[in-house]
Amino acid sequence: MPGFRIDRHPILTPLPAEAVPVTWKGRPLQAKAGETIAAALFAHGERTFSFHPKDHAPQGIFCANGQCAQCLVLADGLPVKACMELVRPGMRLEPVDGLPVLPRDAGPVSVRPVEEIGVEVLVIGGGPAGLSAAIELGRRGIGVLVLDDKHRLGGKLVLQTHRFFGSAEAVYAGTRGIDIATKLENELRTFPSVEIWLQSAALAVFSDGRVGVLKDGRLYVKVRPEVVLVAAGAREKSLVFPGNTLPGVYGAGAFQTIVNRDLVRSSERLFIVGGGNVGLIAGYHALQAGIPVVGLVEALPECSGYKVHEDKLRRFGVPVYTSHTILSANGTDAVESVTIARLDEQWKPVAGTERTFACDTVLIAVGLDPVDEFYDKAREFGLRVFAAGDAEEIAEASAAIFSGKIRGMEIARALGREAGEISPSWYATAEILKSRPGKTVPEKIPDEESGVFPVLHCVQEIPCDPCTTVCSRGLIRLLSDDIRDLPVYEAPDPEKACTGCEKCVAVCPGLAVTLVDYRKDAEHPTVTIPYEFLRRTIETGDRVAVLDTEGAELGEVEVTGVRAVKANDRTILVKVRAPRAVAKRIAGIRVQEDEAVKPLDRYVERTTDDTFVCRCERVTAGQIRALIRDGLRDISEIKAVTRAGMGSCGAKTCTPLVRRLFREEGVPESEIVDQPKRPLFMEVPLGVFAGTDESGGDGHGA
Amino acid sequence: MGPRRSYDVIIVGAGSIGLPAALAMAEAGLRTLVVDQAASAGQGSNKAAIGGIRATHSDPAKIRICLRSIEIFSTWKERRGEDIEWHRGGYCFVAYAENEERALRELLVIQKAFGLKIDWLDKAAMLDLLPDLNPEGLLGGTYAPGDGNASPLLAAHAFFQAARRAGAEFRFREPVRDLILANGAVRGVRTDAGEYGAEVVVNAAGGWAAEIGRMAGLELPVKPDSHEAAVTEPVARFLEPLVVDIRPLGPSANYYFYQHKTGQVVFCITPSPSIWGLDTRETSSFLPLVARRLVSLMPRLRHIRVRRTWRGLYPMTPDGAPIVGWAREVKGFLQAAGMCGQGFMIGPGLGEMLAQMVTGRLSAEDRESLGLLSPYRSFEGQEKLK
Repeated sequence: MPGFRIDRHPILTPLPAEAVPVTWKGRPLQAKAGETIAAALFAHGERTFSFHPKDHAPQGIFCANGQCAQCLVLADGLPVKACMELVRPGMRLEPVDGLPVLPRDAGPVSVRPVEEIGVEVLVIGGGPAGLSAAIELGRRGIGVLVLDDKHRLGGKLVLQTHRFFGSAEAVYAGTRGIDIATKLENELRTFPSVEIWLQSAALAVFSDGRVGVLKDGRLYVKVRPEVVLVAAGAREKSLVFPGNTLPGVYGAGAFQTIVNRDLVRSSERLFIVGGGNVGLIAGYHALQAGIPVVGLVEALPECSGYKVHEDKLRRFGVPVYTSHTILSANGTDAVESVTIARLDEQWKPVAGTERTFACDTVLIAVGLDPVDEFYDKAREFGLRVFAAGDAEEIAEASAAIFSGKIRGMEIARALGREAGEISPSWYATAEILKSRPGKTVPEKIPDEESGVFPVLHCVQEIPCDPCTTVCSRGLIRLLSDDIRDLPVYEAPDPEKACTGCEKCVAVCPGLAVTLVDYRKDAEHPTVTIPYEFLRRTIETGDRVAVLDTEGAELGEVEVTGVRAVKANDRTILVKVRAPRAVAKRIAGIRVQEDEAVKPLDRYVERTTDDTFVCRCERVTAGQIRALIRDGLRDISEIKAVTRAGMGSCGAKTCTPLVRRLFREEGVPESEIVDQPKRPLFMEVPLGVFAGTDESGGDGHGA
Repeated sequence: MGPRRSYDVIIVGAGSIGLPAALAMAEAGLRTLVVDQAASAGQGSNKAAIGGIRATHSDPAKIRICLRSIEIFSTWKERRGEDIEWHRGGYCFVAYAENEERALRELLVIQKAFGLKIDWLDKAAMLDLLPDLNPEGLLGGTYAPGDGNASPLLAAHAFFQAARRAGAEFRFREPVRDLILANGAVRGVRTDAGEYGAEVVVNAAGGWAAEIGRMAGLELPVKPDSHEAAVTEPVARFLEPLVVDIRPLGPSANYYFYQHKTGQVVFCITPSPSIWGLDTRETSSFLPLVARRLVSLMPRLRHIRVRRTWRGLYPMTPDGAPIVGWAREVKGFLQAAGMCGQGFMIGPGLGEMLAQMVTGRLSAEDRESLGLLSPYRSFEGQEKLK
């Protein structure tokens, strides 16, 4: 197999899969059974999928989530989303180049009326929120139909190789996202009243109370639910800068999908835009997959994601450029480099601070928008509807699990199937799990220099408590009952102090606990450091650079032991022998060398007018700004004139960007008029509605 | 409230009729104001139109007006610059039953008498023109090569911009609350933002025209029904004319579709019985019904992906013809309403005629047309083919 498959990963286990022969531009290519076309193409180093019919611009993936439609390719002559459609043996894959030719049919086709079914609860989305809600409903014997447009359940949990934050008791904190997905799915499948349709997507909520569903990617079914739960998650926001539609510019979630779900190395050098949790975690996932991360820019003076995630990246050798912005992605047919600059206090780039870094991929991680159109329509049409998870409010997946659980109970109550009250403490916990990071305190290094004890390099208030649940002697506790409070280690009785069991080191989702052991050699204590990279990358006897919490180098030390045991669930514990003076400050080991992150000697300025707002219809920011300056305030009118929002994604990507341009042009919110949202949620072949037997529908193989 | 701003004419409704009327009036030198409840031009039923434009009607008034519309649409780009995506693809009415063939052939006689370019195509000729039609049971049909289509969205904006350039003023997000009347004559309109004065007020309010009429005590027999429509992804050109299938089936009368200049297929169905009212919310019955009909007629369409659906209003009159003319009861109150779903194709031709009515420069032929569209006609007839 060609060299872009990830055959070893510290957390994920590549499973053998049957080879599926397909062709790309007439050349044979070995895909793997069960993978998407996008994964198969990336696995062969193909990152340009098509050419836009309007201007022949090269197109690659953007969302890899079935939302944006930028990744269209022709599969056996029919346009399909490469990120959703699975490969089939013998599939002929071609780039879309110009308008596709509609295939001819040999003769008349048979049509059928559409089936309509009733269901107590329709759950749109089988991610953390939808699964948790469906479990509560299934537990009570309530009839549930769970829809998910992917070929497996779990939503974005299946991309999350890291251990989760949150409450260990309420939402599996300390467990990896991928494993939570399996736990939730296994539990859900024990309930006979729950039906699950995979590769099945809601297309529209109609005013007559029906929800149109594309089942198995080829069959149209009308569902008449008593209650709808929208748990459809979120979509990634786009960003406006020159070169923003070059192949190689795509969402951080898309990256995690290709790398962690599909186990394909989609990049050789990565740059990340956005310092929220999604961008920070994507950087970590890249390093785990062996992909160098050249840097990360964040426009704000501080990253908005968890500090432990940011610190982790810094310690591994990834520069984090706060108060910086991306000026352009550069390249002709694909990304070759990225140019950034520092921002002044008015958010303007400072001349002379421009720097260009060679990279082949620029990840956009500038936030998420709720997938809330089904909820809004259902409300408008008077259906009984609830929302949970990101579809309700963007937050961590742990919060989605918990809000799904609560919503499930609320729906049971609404259906008269649950008598008990929902405890107010549940709502309080839900709020805590959703909370943004609180205050950061200066790191407190303990004075102690004897025995053995953990050092908690955890300096920011975030909802997280796994370290407090594993100490065999109960010596790590939170400063209060609130899981957002900071943890402390205290051992008043030296007889009952830390035993050095290392469980706290292994369980911390932030890799922010080390163990310092003075017992053998007080001058050169042993420091135990958590490590989640390939076992083969570190050996006893190696000299490694160690760094403090925020990534400042503390010198080189010798590795004295490497422990990879099953009980630690793929977290390796590395022991180093460190000088007494720095031992307690050591928080991590550098994995990426400085050479990898140096800028080019001269910066690249992109002067082309290719700052796109509407990717589908290739509408530039300049075109829309001109209309705003001409006095246009109705987004429908902008759409009518430019076609921005009329493309195949259904205005999902550009609408927030158009609103942002209004803000940048100083137009008050009250003057802006929104466009009405219309079905369908995604493009579906006409034959599906006619009941002809369609295969190769939008996003799903038959 | 400040002093009333005065105009020569106020048009209620910046839609299919109001926009071209504003352009014609402004170009005739009239100080023109257009008021509309929506936030911008063409946001009522105009944007719900699928874009078909034909002159091949059955009554002389619509034929004449639409011939003029076609001239305006087809020469817009060369005369005014904006591309409104006009495409002269023609119109086809296909026949699969003998009674349909008979009806179409009868109509053909009237249409030819008006000099319209329209002919009967037998089955073989029809399949030459539309090779993807289901040949089973096909008898043939009419083909009018001079008809065409354009983008209602771009056309509305182009008329709006041209009217602005010609001096017309627009007030959006201002529903008309009342007409100002005095001594049996109209004196202006009142909106939430204020009063605007004019000796002439044009009722071009589409689905809301009856409501505006009532403000002057007029009972216009205009009531909207709703039709759903959809647009697909763009594909390479495979379909030249707009196709109308007039067979009734289940809860539908006819349906029609065409391929837009930019490659999308746009289609629409006529519910039977009609769904009356102002409800434009999407229903679950539209797509399965129209898809079964389209795919049965043209199997190749099964592969094209549907992108977006919507529902628009057809302001209907009892006899299927528009209502155009001065109110007898209220001086200066001009009706241009009840376009029965054909406002987009009627608009440009009618806009010019409305301007001529205001300036008193009507031709004899136009006078004859207006007789047929009079608000005071009996409304007893029925259009041969809606």
